[in-house]
Amino acid sequence: MIQDIIKIIHDYWLLLLIGQYPNGPLGGLANTLILSALAIALAFPVSILLAMARLSKWAALRWPATGLVYITRGVPLLMLILWCYFIVPLWTGADVPSFLIMLVTLVIYEGAFLSEVVRAGIVSLGQGQMDAARALGHSYIGAMRFVILPQALYNMIPSMISTFVSTIKDTTLGYIINVPDLTFAASQVNNQLLSQPFQVFFILAVVYYALCWSLTHVANSVERRIARRRAGPRKIRLRSDVVPLKTFTEQL
Amino acid sequence: MSGFDLSAILRNPDYVAMLLRGIEMTFVIYVGSWILAMTLAILLFALRVSPLRIGDPIVKAYVSYHRNVPTLVQLMFWYFGIYTLMPQGVTDWLADHNAEAIFAIIGLGLCQAAYFSEDLRSGLRSVSPGQMEAAKALGHGYISAMRFVIMPQGVRNALPPLINHSVSLFKNSSLAIVVGASELTHAIKEIDNVSFRTFEIYLIGTIIYLFFSLIIMAFGAYISLRSDPVRRARA
Repeated sequence: MIQDIIKIIHDYWLLLLIGQYPNGPLGGLANTLILSALAIALAFPVSILLAMARLSKWAALRWPATGLVYITRGVPLLMLILWCYFIVPLWTGADVPSFLIMLVTLVIYEGAFLSEVVRAGIVSLGQGQMDAARALGHSYIGAMRFVILPQALYNMIPSMISTFVSTIKDTTLGYIINVPDLTFAASQVNNQLLSQPFQVFFILAVVYYALCWSLTHVANSVERRIARRRAGPRKIRLRSDVVPLKTFTEQL
Repeated sequence: MSGFDLSAILRNPDYVAMLLRGIEMTFVIYVGSWILAMTLAILLFALRVSPLRIGDPIVKAYVSYHRNVPTLVQLMFWYFGIYTLMPQGVTDWLADHNAEAIFAIIGLGLCQAAYFSEDLRSGLRSVSPGQMEAAKALGHGYISAMRFVIMPQGVRNALPPLINHSVSLFKNSSLAIVVGASELTHAIKEIDNVSFRTFEIYLIGTIIYLFFSLIIMAFGAYISLRSDPVRRARA
């Protein structure tokens, strides 16, 4: 069993990592990573716009955004993928590669999920921040741009990373519409071998596990670092309750 | 293709029958995997809080695997991988009894059990240890303190994430199409192939999924409202 696994890795590592496919120049792990990185990078501005629309005082902005978020969250990602798979070529009238269709889907889906995170980040700041910024002469947009969003986004970094992890996991669904990602590459290998499906899918599971596990740990360490920075400069520890005058003045 | 026309699908008894069968299979998979997941989650949780030293790393490894490997890959691993390693008699029996649905239930249930057990654990952990001490001081034993003091509070705290994950389990049941189970998404794709009314059938499918997710969410909201003594007293 282990020898089989080693042999498969030895024979097909190029295919699994960057293998060539008729559907695109890249394949396997490279496509998975590029797809999820692009999806997060594009979903990020979308999510900020959506969150601001949901928090806006105009019902004409608030209702469509809320509806979009609820629909996207209530429908399986698979349905969304199939929607885009059939609708995007109808709009553009061209043969759109499945990679781009998957990217569009993921931007909508992760944008909706991230917008809830952004909204929670903005709401958690408290009205006082906005009031203070307005009192200092910022406009609404300026207050958002210079006061609210920087703080909210800084708090959001850990959940951004975990959204990135779940995006990596979601890209596997592109398998349905033949996005040439890692899952697709593994099924190609499986089709070529035919005799060792267990070994092939074991490798697939291990690769995904390693990827997502390490990213989760990055998220955790970033979270700890942010918590430490939030706590402010480290306080000087004293041996007794009496504050020595020298230390106290040095601190000032 | 002519214009937008929902009635072309809804008036056709064949298509409606296919949709209904799809919904039925989706619910078989959903309920089956929910029950499997909840049972396993309670076992995993019990193993984790038990004084057995060996339980902790096992549960941690289980949860870690099922959280970090995509659900689709887990399903493929079960259906394409483990299924083929089973002895001949078992495979034959499974093939006679809708193996696709069984493996979808197993895959989704095992995966969701990891999330459910984490929800239960975080809910129970949010009950402060003082509650247990107070219950013991009042004369409860460990079991009865758990039963009457800790569990009611902990399960109530665990309800919101449990509801969220129940909804996402319902949505994940659409993944069963990958292993070939004939659930709702499968029915929709088949009707699309036969009728060529792509837009209409996907609209109908989306509405069905949305409808049931919203129902599960509303049911969850109702249960968490019912189980909140403060709000119940106010109402």
